[in-house]
Amino acid sequence: MLRFLTRRALGAIVILFLLVLLTYLAVMSLPVDQAMLNCPKGCSPQQLAIVRHNMGLDKSNFEQVLDYVKGLFVGASHGADGFCNAPCLGYSQSRHQFVIDVIMDNYPATIMLALGGSVCFLVIGVTLGMVSAWKQGSLFDTIASSFSQLGQSTQIFFVAPLAMALFVTNLHWLDKPGYTPFTEDPISSITGMILPWLVLSIIFWSNYTRQVRSLMIEQLSEDHIRAARAKGMSNRYVWWRYALRGAMAPIVTIFGLDLGVVLSGAVITEVSFGIHGLGMLAVKSVTAQDTQLELGVLLFSAAAILVFNIVVDAAYGLLDPRVRIG
Amino acid sequence: MSTLTKPEAAGTPAGAGDAFLSVRDLRVRFRTEDGIVKAVNELNFDLEAGKTLGIVGESGSGKSVSNLAVMGLHNPRNTTIEGSIKLEGQELIGLPQRDLEKLRGNKMAMIFQDSLAALSPYYTIGRQIAEPFMKHTGANKKEGRERAIEMLAKVGIPQPDKRVDSYPHEFSGGMRQRAMIAMSLVCNPKLLIADEPTTALDVTVQAQIVDLLKDLQQEFGTSIIFITHDLGVIREIADDVLVMYAGRAVERGTMREILKTPQHPYGWGLLSSIPRINASVDIPLRPIPGSPPSLLNPPSGCAFNPRCEFREQVTGDKCRTERPALEEANGHLSACHLTPAQKQSILTEQILPRLSS
Amino acid sequence: MSAEQTVSGAAAKPVATGTPLLEVSGLTKHFPVMGGFPFKRQVGAVQAVDDVSFTVNAGESLGLVGESGCGKSTTGRLVTRLYEPTAGSIKYMGQDIAHASRKELAPIRSEIQMIFQDPYSSLNPRHTVGTIISGPMEINGINPPQGREARVKELLEIVGLNPEHYNRFPHEFSGGQRQRIGVARALALNPKLIVADEPVSALDVSIQAQVVNLLQELQKELGIAFVFIAHDLSIVRHFSQRVAVMYLGKVVEIADRDSLYEAPRHPYTHALLSAAPDADPDNLAGERIRLTGDVPSPLNPPSGCRFRTRCWKAQEKCATEEPPLVQLSGSADGHLTACHFPEFGDVQGNAKAPATEAATAPESEAKASVPEQRESAE
Repeated sequence: MLRFLTRRALGAIVILFLLVLLTYLAVMSLPVDQAMLNCPKGCSPQQLAIVRHNMGLDKSNFEQVLDYVKGLFVGASHGADGFCNAPCLGYSQSRHQFVIDVIMDNYPATIMLALGGSVCFLVIGVTLGMVSAWKQGSLFDTIASSFSQLGQSTQIFFVAPLAMALFVTNLHWLDKPGYTPFTEDPISSITGMILPWLVLSIIFWSNYTRQVRSLMIEQLSEDHIRAARAKGMSNRYVWWRYALRGAMAPIVTIFGLDLGVVLSGAVITEVSFGIHGLGMLAVKSVTAQDTQLELGVLLFSAAAILVFNIVVDAAYGLLDPRVRIG
Repeated sequence: MSTLTKPEAAGTPAGAGDAFLSVRDLRVRFRTEDGIVKAVNELNFDLEAGKTLGIVGESGSGKSVSNLAVMGLHNPRNTTIEGSIKLEGQELIGLPQRDLEKLRGNKMAMIFQDSLAALSPYYTIGRQIAEPFMKHTGANKKEGRERAIEMLAKVGIPQPDKRVDSYPHEFSGGMRQRAMIAMSLVCNPKLLIADEPTTALDVTVQAQIVDLLKDLQQEFGTSIIFITHDLGVIREIADDVLVMYAGRAVERGTMREILKTPQHPYGWGLLSSIPRINASVDIPLRPIPGSPPSLLNPPSGCAFNPRCEFREQVTGDKCRTERPALEEANGHLSACHLTPAQKQSILTEQILPRLSS
Repeated sequence: MSAEQTVSGAAAKPVATGTPLLEVSGLTKHFPVMGGFPFKRQVGAVQAVDDVSFTVNAGESLGLVGESGCGKSTTGRLVTRLYEPTAGSIKYMGQDIAHASRKELAPIRSEIQMIFQDPYSSLNPRHTVGTIISGPMEINGINPPQGREARVKELLEIVGLNPEHYNRFPHEFSGGQRQRIGVARALALNPKLIVADEPVSALDVSIQAQVVNLLQELQKELGIAFVFIAHDLSIVRHFSQRVAVMYLGKVVEIADRDSLYEAPRHPYTHALLSAAPDADPDNLAGERIRLTGDVPSPLNPPSGCRFRTRCWKAQEKCATEEPPLVQLSGSADGHLTACHFPEFGDVQGNAKAPATEAATAPESEAKASVPEQRESAE
């Protein structure tokens, strides 16, 4: 297992490095002059040159990438702003902060949204799928599968305002959604997130319902299910210990990948509910033309996804004894 | 069909009901999208305690289906089972699931053809063996594990105390089949149903498994139903043999009767179509023409009639219009319209010379 | 030619009776096993086939028998060049095709065809029977004088199917009929050699004989040579004039069928024969030899003789020295055996329990170690 993790971590670092190179080059080829954006109105060519020099923009493209990568590993000094510790993701011109600090300020909201949302879609999706498989061909099965299709074909930017209008504005069941740190006020932290969680889970759980249903039906037709019943195991026991156990590995795989996706920032959900998380940050960095921030958010999200990819593969090895990891 | 019940009753051995397992007029029907499949029809047989009944037949002959019915393993949603299955006098058909669960793995157990598929890949061999033991005897985990090790040793698995923690995929095919036998015998069942347990194995391993089953039967006095399509294996293990075709019994008798003096054209065909290891190689095999019938729409009359080479010897169109009853002819039961004399002369003049060549 | 051979049995060396069509020598296939850290590299090899040599004469059938994992199917796939061998040569009509390129193989591919075990997965379910059978002709750009469709219908008739079923799909046929379609496809290019990999083992007993007879007729009438791979010893004996027994990637014994089945010299052959179930309750061929255990892993086969871990005659020599495949004294011509302590070559006399065999081992060793006229395998 340790070997596997090390090998995969090395692979992930290579991928991230290539990502840095490509995105950095892509960002730099944009027709945006960072120095111009950071120069006060009507600044003279001399002032512009100083700003450019301070930002390191007078160096060659290659040197800039090198500086960036170096910052990732050993940190970098940013003149008056002090020393940026490794991993240094650069300096945000729009926020006048180090990018890593900006991300860390915004990330708790994303974690809160992602964890709660994923619990919602996992529980709802798996439960519906299990019941559908149990009552295969029943009215419940039909309704659940139509509901799944509906969920998969809707869009968050459509559902979110609708849900807000209904539950917040008209029914007054919930306060206006928003992120409050859990440590400050646990109750309003949760109540503020209920709506975003449910709305975020809509596009995810339908997939679980369908997968769990077909996996369970497939498992129940396996020989070892019949053999377990032939041993005198009760239907309930066979259902939980044999069928669900077999369906678990693929479900955990999908779940891990989905978790990686939501943890790297649910852009539309965050924007729709005004939650200041990583997704919102990504949008703002683009509108502010803050390239260093864009780059930082991008890398951070990519890293989240890569980490969960590794976690998923490792989990598969633990869940299925036939898969040897080494 | 009702006209057939009288001669059919003649086919049931005297003293029926005393037998350890007795199956009467068993019918199994499946509802499918294409219609109703009559998988087993009017099946009767008895099994004495400590004996082995071999059931021979091709795919779709109903040999597995009828035994899954004994175990009560069919999906009640699309299956109807009628008739009577009595295990030591207890009627199994219509028994509630809870009561069946208490019998399965305890009083009656089953082993399957594909041991890789029949064992869950997610649990250790030891756990899977211990499970029914713990359920039926109320033993705790530790006792279950000890029992699993004991059973693994009994079925001849080396280092059972280590192998008990292995997963099925870490075993070879023969070892897995042994483990499955251990799993089925963990509660000393009185009835063991073995559904093609040797088919997927190599000949040398196949022989090991047959020997093992025979030894265990000696030790525990288990009654065995051994399902196979291999007449060579039947010879090794069976006391009595039931030959099935298209969901019905077409012949029933002792192993020697069925293999040496078969009385049904299907039995003749089977024996003539398998090459013997010591027969002349210059004589071509005599295959049974055609292929097994569909159970959705079986042929009228005798289900074997479209493939039967002796159909013309029966007067009239009886083979196509009337189903032959399972009646005694020349010593054992067979379902064929040929007269006993005809059967005897075909057997001695045409079939036996073919086999001994 | 084949009739001659069956009658005269071991009368002559098979090489002399026909012209060699396929000469395989030193054929080896190792499948690499990857692993290691931090970078994956080859850490071992599954020795699926190791140094296998045999000859198939024109019009002759060579049977390959053995248990699962003995390398018989891999050998078949090497001969048809579905796999490329790790070492050794495969000479087809004198031309070495072991490492031939696609282009060089093209003309030979049509002459060596294969029939597969599973009649369900070896036919494309979306193609009609006509398309399936004419496929090989199309790929090889062959236009029979009567036209492809007429040729396909002719082939369907040859294999005993209704030519009018030209436009049907595989699922409309039963298992035996599908296997006939597979045979027709193999025949489409007038092959000289057909490799049949367990062609009947997926079929019902009553159907097996139909396909065996069909193949036998084809062999006799069209003079096609066969490499017939099967685990069923009776069927192999029925079909093949010569039989090679494989164990863990090696040929342990090869001989004319009469010689092999009546006078096996290798303990493994003997054990296999005695384990084969026979349906005749009166055929009491003495006590059976019961092999214990399973076939070892081809990843790490035993040293010396690979059978020694299950052999009741094994001695120290078996672990240190690999027995060559040679003609032993007392064997019929062309009967090659790879064993240090061979059997007496008499089924009746040898039909004893392993225990007795073991007890008399020193004696048999003495007999066996009488200097043998060891000829080279090639």
